[in-house]
Amino acid sequence: MSEIQNSKAIEQSSQTMNKKRNSNMDRKRKVRSNQLEIKLTASFFVILFLGMLVYLGHFVATSEQDMINNSYNSRQEILLSRNYRGSILSRDGEVLAETVLDEAQNETRIYPFENLFSHIVGYSTQGRMGVEALANYYLINTNTSLSNKVANDMAEIKNPGDNVYTTLDVQIQEVADEQLDIYKGAIVVTEVKTGKILALVSHPNFDPNEIQDIWDELVESDSSSILVNRAMQGLYPPGSTFKIITALEYIRQNPETYENYRYSCNGFYAKEDSRINCYHGANHGAIDFERSFAKSCNSSFANIGMGLDRDAFAQTLEDLLFSKELPLTLTYAKSSVEVSEELSTDEMMQTSIGQGKTQITPIHLNMITCAIANDGVLMKPYVIDHVENDEGSIVKSFKASSYGRLITEDESAVLRELMTAVVEDGTATKLDGLSYTAAGKTGSAEYNNVKGDSHAWFTGFAPAENPEVAVTIIVEGAGSGGDYAVPIARRIFDAYFREK
Amino acid sequence: MQEYIIELSKYFINIFMVLYTITCFYAFRYREERQRRGVHVVQTILMVIVQILCFLNLSLSGEDIQYLLFFAFILIFLFATLTMVSMIYEKANRFLLNNMCMLLGIGLCMIARLSFSKAIKQYVIVLVSLIISLLVPYLIGRIHFFKKITWLYALLGIAMLSTVLILGEVTHGSKISFSLGGVTFQPSEFVKIIFVFFLAGALWEKTSFLRVLMATVIAGIHVIVLVVSKDLGSALVFFIGFVFVVFVATRNYWYLLAGVVGGSGAAYIAYQLFDHVRIRVLAWQDPWSYIDNQGYQITQSLFAVGSGSWFGMGLLQGNPTAIPYVDADFIFSSICEELGVIFGISLILICVSCFLMMMQIALCIRDRFYQMIVYGIGIMYIFQIFLTVGGGIKFIPLTGVTLPFISYGGSSVMTTMIMFFIIQGIYIRLQEEGERRVVRNTKQQSNRAEQSDNE
Repeated sequence: MSEIQNSKAIEQSSQTMNKKRNSNMDRKRKVRSNQLEIKLTASFFVILFLGMLVYLGHFVATSEQDMINNSYNSRQEILLSRNYRGSILSRDGEVLAETVLDEAQNETRIYPFENLFSHIVGYSTQGRMGVEALANYYLINTNTSLSNKVANDMAEIKNPGDNVYTTLDVQIQEVADEQLDIYKGAIVVTEVKTGKILALVSHPNFDPNEIQDIWDELVESDSSSILVNRAMQGLYPPGSTFKIITALEYIRQNPETYENYRYSCNGFYAKEDSRINCYHGANHGAIDFERSFAKSCNSSFANIGMGLDRDAFAQTLEDLLFSKELPLTLTYAKSSVEVSEELSTDEMMQTSIGQGKTQITPIHLNMITCAIANDGVLMKPYVIDHVENDEGSIVKSFKASSYGRLITEDESAVLRELMTAVVEDGTATKLDGLSYTAAGKTGSAEYNNVKGDSHAWFTGFAPAENPEVAVTIIVEGAGSGGDYAVPIARRIFDAYFREK
Repeated sequence: MQEYIIELSKYFINIFMVLYTITCFYAFRYREERQRRGVHVVQTILMVIVQILCFLNLSLSGEDIQYLLFFAFILIFLFATLTMVSMIYEKANRFLLNNMCMLLGIGLCMIARLSFSKAIKQYVIVLVSLIISLLVPYLIGRIHFFKKITWLYALLGIAMLSTVLILGEVTHGSKISFSLGGVTFQPSEFVKIIFVFFLAGALWEKTSFLRVLMATVIAGIHVIVLVVSKDLGSALVFFIGFVFVVFVATRNYWYLLAGVVGGSGAAYIAYQLFDHVRIRVLAWQDPWSYIDNQGYQITQSLFAVGSGSWFGMGLLQGNPTAIPYVDADFIFSSICEELGVIFGISLILICVSCFLMMMQIALCIRDRFYQMIVYGIGIMYIFQIFLTVGGGIKFIPLTGVTLPFISYGGSSVMTTMIMFFIIQGIYIRLQEEGERRVVRNTKQQSNRAEQSDNE
């Protein structure tokens, strides 16, 4: 009995001891227990702050220029009060714009070529435009050596801003400007493999040296469109140059059979109540796909257009950046086009041959041409090549960069063949038989209902088999592309290859 | 010559600032105050160098001797603080003390650059705050009824906030301050301290659902009064402080979740109800479209940060005064503009290291009441920095709170300094307890040793 009692007592005492131990441990755990939670919250805030610091670093690394260039930022004036504006130079170092100081340190902005670079180099006194706007950050900042800064500070004169070297070529720009002559219009010349803008002309132009005097006149009068850079912002009906895109879509939808296409042209195409005539009533007879393109047969292309799947067409137009943002740093207008099931027969026929509501800027057409010439890959057009300080050491250089593929390599090869046929046996034969080969597409975009009133288009590249340079030309109200735009292209190609 | 020094000091300021920041994190290798002594000496030297360079830059650019005179006063303040605190409180946390001095020095330098008369005002307030704060650790060590007057804190806090709401002056569309004898107070700052004591008092002993519910009601009243006063930034600081203290005091993850859900819900309702909340969000989403009005402040702040870039434009070389209320709400942007983003990032990291030190102290405290005070102060401190810095760089919508120790504003600097010295007081208690425990333990051990010897 006593043994049992004893064992019970032992059990009890051991239980109470256990309880005590447990409660002791409980107390300890209670005191230490929220360590994990404190550590968790500390880590949470550390991560939050790391995220914020990464954001801050990213912001500074990517947007310093935008911040300085914004016209709401008063710091521009601070920089300008310390530095005078740097120069803008052509690709071989000819001065396109410079600030000259007189003995009293008064600054005058001089444009030695006067009207020649009016739109692309721009101006900097009445607001800013062109490279003057684009490179503003570099022009008003200085990276001159510290010893120069000290010397200038002692002499109480301003520091020289950095100099901006462009991709522009004075010779080609001169030829383009001369060829466009008294006509209104625009010319874009770009390097196919890099996207460098070699020349960009917009007529009518102005003399940026006198911008302050002529400003009111330019803004108030109807001639204010002088300030518009037609190459970047001018929206024109593409006319027959659009057939490049209609042809591309036909190839996409009929990859195996497009070569078997046949059409018999009687000078017009009619469906329902709508009718389309060939240019100046031409009658092309029995033609295949390539000949339809080379001869720019409106009837045949209206026929092709009516047979296309419109949703797929709309997708292709989107791929080619219609109604979308272009990869450009200069101010531009968005091209517009509509292809959908809602379009009437007449509208669809017109759209297929580049008339109707479709509008395109010369730079956009040039970019599409470049992509075709560069195996389907579009290089981003750019005009600032590099920035140097006043002593000639490079501050920053810009490299060619690809936007991406617009069309496949096979499609670009087919389109290049078609465009070569235009030169060899089509509407651009004035480019045939020269020391170099060329390819392209003409256009005569009617802009009112009076017969014969049309803008002359040409967009193309050379050499045809290994393209280097792309040219896009529009001459307002001149007439047919073959007669008025192609000869200009020839002079520009001549100048390009002569310089080489 | 002058130009050389100005240009070079810009880079050296950044270099020494980065070095100082590195010491702030290097210090965490050591747990004991004693082991950190070397780091603290290095910190003090670097702090003085950064201050000298900043004021050298400022006085050369400004070509005014007044800056150098002011700097002399700042140096006196720094040495006085460092020596006085270490003399009176041997066991003070030198790490927090150093960082406080560093931040105050930078703040005074920047305010002097923005407005010299304001800097002198701020200097006086800093001195007064220091004198008041020096008493705080003593009181923490002596007074034992802090734990027992929980509901008094609640009453006092709500009463102070309500008084401002009813009697306060309207500044920039919100009622946050009132004047007394020519001095303007911003009571929501001081209530932060009382609020932390309330939370700790309510939750240190019991964490039953009923307790949490009561704390929620009281905290809710605080937040609502602040929202109605249109002091959104403070409302958020109070709310976040409440949610995290409840979470750590109860160790209940559901409360954290409830806080997040409730907070989001309340934010959504506030967005629907109040115009001024909607405008803030709008200006945050797309400030460039509203650059002339609602987006003006934030875009000007972005201009400042973006124009300054990594190394800054140099003191007096930028244009930070283009930002409205730059000395209070946007001082971080002006620091980035003139001293550089590297400097700005270092500054934030110094603040983060202070926060981590507070968390480390909280981890060592066994008394839940004091632990919650240290923890609560830490959370409110770091979250306020997040609000003001994040708002200024468009990381989050703008709320308009000050950057502790840096911004111009007497209530803000005094409150933050008192908070830091409350932590000092608790830290000193902790050290002393630790020593007693060590003594007790060694006694016990020696007793045990004697016993075993006897056996």
